[in-house]
Formats: sequence, structure tokens, C-alpha cells
Amino acid sequence: MSGLLEGKRLLITGVITDSSMAFHAAKVAQEQGAQVVLTGFGRLSLVERIAKRLPTPAPVLELDVQNQEHLDTLAERVGEHLDGLDGVLHSIAFAPQSCLGGEFLDAPWEDVATAFQVSTYSMKSVAVACLPLFGGGGSVVGMDFDARVAWPIYDWMGVAKAGLESTTRYLARELGPKGIRVNLVSAGPVRTMAAKSIPGFEVVEDSWGERAPLGWDVNDPTPVAKSVCALLSDWLPATTGSMVMVDGGVHAMGM
Amino acid sequence: MADVSNEEILKGLGEIVEEVAGVAADDVSLEKSFVDDLDIDSLSMVEIAVQAEDKFGVKIPDDELANLKTVNDAVEYVSKNG
Repeated sequence: MSGLLEGKRLLITGVITDSSMAFHAAKVAQEQGAQVVLTGFGRLSLVERIAKRLPTPAPVLELDVQNQEHLDTLAERVGEHLDGLDGVLHSIAFAPQSCLGGEFLDAPWEDVATAFQVSTYSMKSVAVACLPLFGGGGSVVGMDFDARVAWPIYDWMGVAKAGLESTTRYLARELGPKGIRVNLVSAGPVRTMAAKSIPGFEVVEDSWGERAPLGWDVNDPTPVAKSVCALLSDWLPATTGSMVMVDGGVHAMGM
Repeated sequence: MADVSNEEILKGLGEIVEEVAGVAADDVSLEKSFVDDLDIDSLSMVEIAVQAEDKFGVKIPDDELANLKTVNDAVEYVSKNG
């Protein structure tokens, strides 16, 4: 069987449950022939249990993107499982509660700074940590929620995502000469653990299916997973610094 | 799950809660609320559910998990759906 990602060696961050977008990306990637190593944060025992639910159980490495030692040792630890890397999925974001839910004007800087470090700066941190493993190029993909506009409830996470969009362009600029592409999948809302922990996010979810010309199922992570895999493959070889809109077409509609 | 009694489910659930949340298994009794009495946060609940799925061979969708407020709710769910 020859798949889209045959022989690709991938590092996939951001799996916490089997509803995580990263879980489905890992699943599709394996189905398409990739070798996958996961990273987990906090609840390693949970991530390890979930990793066993993939078609091929994947090893799990601990990665707290606020921990410099974790970042410094990442390449070495990945190297124990894979002899190099062809792609990385960055699917990491966090904001303290004050930053989400409609109190935009009240969130303190310390909380915003945490959101920015974990959700924005970490794209750079993870890409750089993996550099020693990229041989003749590769693909780094991040997860976005269209931050060119303001949303209800999403608040400072939206600002962090705007930063992620810019970080992606700068990484594309820095890493292009090494043959490394850096892109985002700007996904419509999917009911993951992360989405459910945003109080009031149903406001955004509820109308998405009606506004999307292709329709949109908030319970189906597969379109996002497939699009991530397309970007990790060799089939978008001249695409970098881009946001691929995987939202049923909502971004293109006025009403 | 016809071949496993509610008593056995409760015992298994107690062991899982102890492992995940550090609550003594003996404290995990039917009338207790996971959140209010046992002080279990949402991510711990997810981990408990995932372990319960593996242990009892049930599927606990996220929407169902939100309805399992007490230990008894969880035992009943596993008993009916296992």
C-alpha cells in the first residue's frame, strides 16, 4: 500500500483525548504510511493511553513548551524513535480563563503573556528544537482559528492566533532556505476538549454549518486532519507562509 | 455488561479514581458527586472515563460524560452500556 505520507517521519504535538484534532491528524497520517511520534503535556498517562488507540500505538514524549530543558532535549528524544524528521504538527494553545469568554478588557498582562508564550512563541520554539532532525527540508504545520477578524468570546486567544499567523510568515522566511515549509491550517470550530473549555464558544459553533457553503460538522475532525496531512505531504511543495482555510468556506462569505 | 455486577463496577471505578485523582478508593461511594464531593476536575474526569472505557469495554462519548454527575450515574452507565 502506498499512501500520501509513505515513509514520512512526523512529530505530532497536541494530543490530549481521542477527540483532539492532533489525534485525528496522527491517525490519518499513519493510515497514509507515516511513522508518528507524539508529544504530550501534563497528563502523560492520559496521552499514553490515547496513543494506544491509534492504528499503530505511538510513543509519547513529554513536552511543556514553557520548559527550556524539554525543548533543548527534544531532538535527542525524538531521535531515539525516528532517524530524522520530515514534518511537525504544532497543535498547542492555552490561555488562562481571564483571556477567554468575553472579558477582553479585564485580562491582566501576566495571563495574556502566558497565552502568547504557549500559543504563539511555541511555534518558533518547537520548529527550532526540531531543526537538527530535518535533513533536506520538511514541513511544519500549525493550527489556527482565523485571526484576521475579531470573534465573540475568543478574545486574547484570537490575538495570540494573530501572532501565530505572523510567526508562521517569519518562520517561512527564516526556514525557507533550508527547504522547510511553514503553514497553518485555519480550521472551523471542532468540538474538542480545547473548544469545550472555552466558555460560550457555542455562539461561534452554532451558526457555522449554516454559513458554510460546503456545510460544516463541528463533530467531524476528519476534514482538518486530512488537510494537515496534505500540508505535511510533498504535494504542496511551493507553499509556505500560508493559511489554508479549512472551514467549509465561511471565511469567503459576507453573510 | 451482564457478567459484571454493579459492585464490581464500583470497585473498578474506585481503583481508577484513586489512580487518576488520588482520592482513596474507599471514598468513592455511590452517592458521591465527582465534582462537588470528590473534587475532580474536568481533565481528570476525561482520564477516568478513558480508563473506564479500556477497563469495562464501554464507550463514553463526551456528551454522556457531562451527564455522569455522581458515582452512581457512572456505575449505571457502565452497567447498561458495557
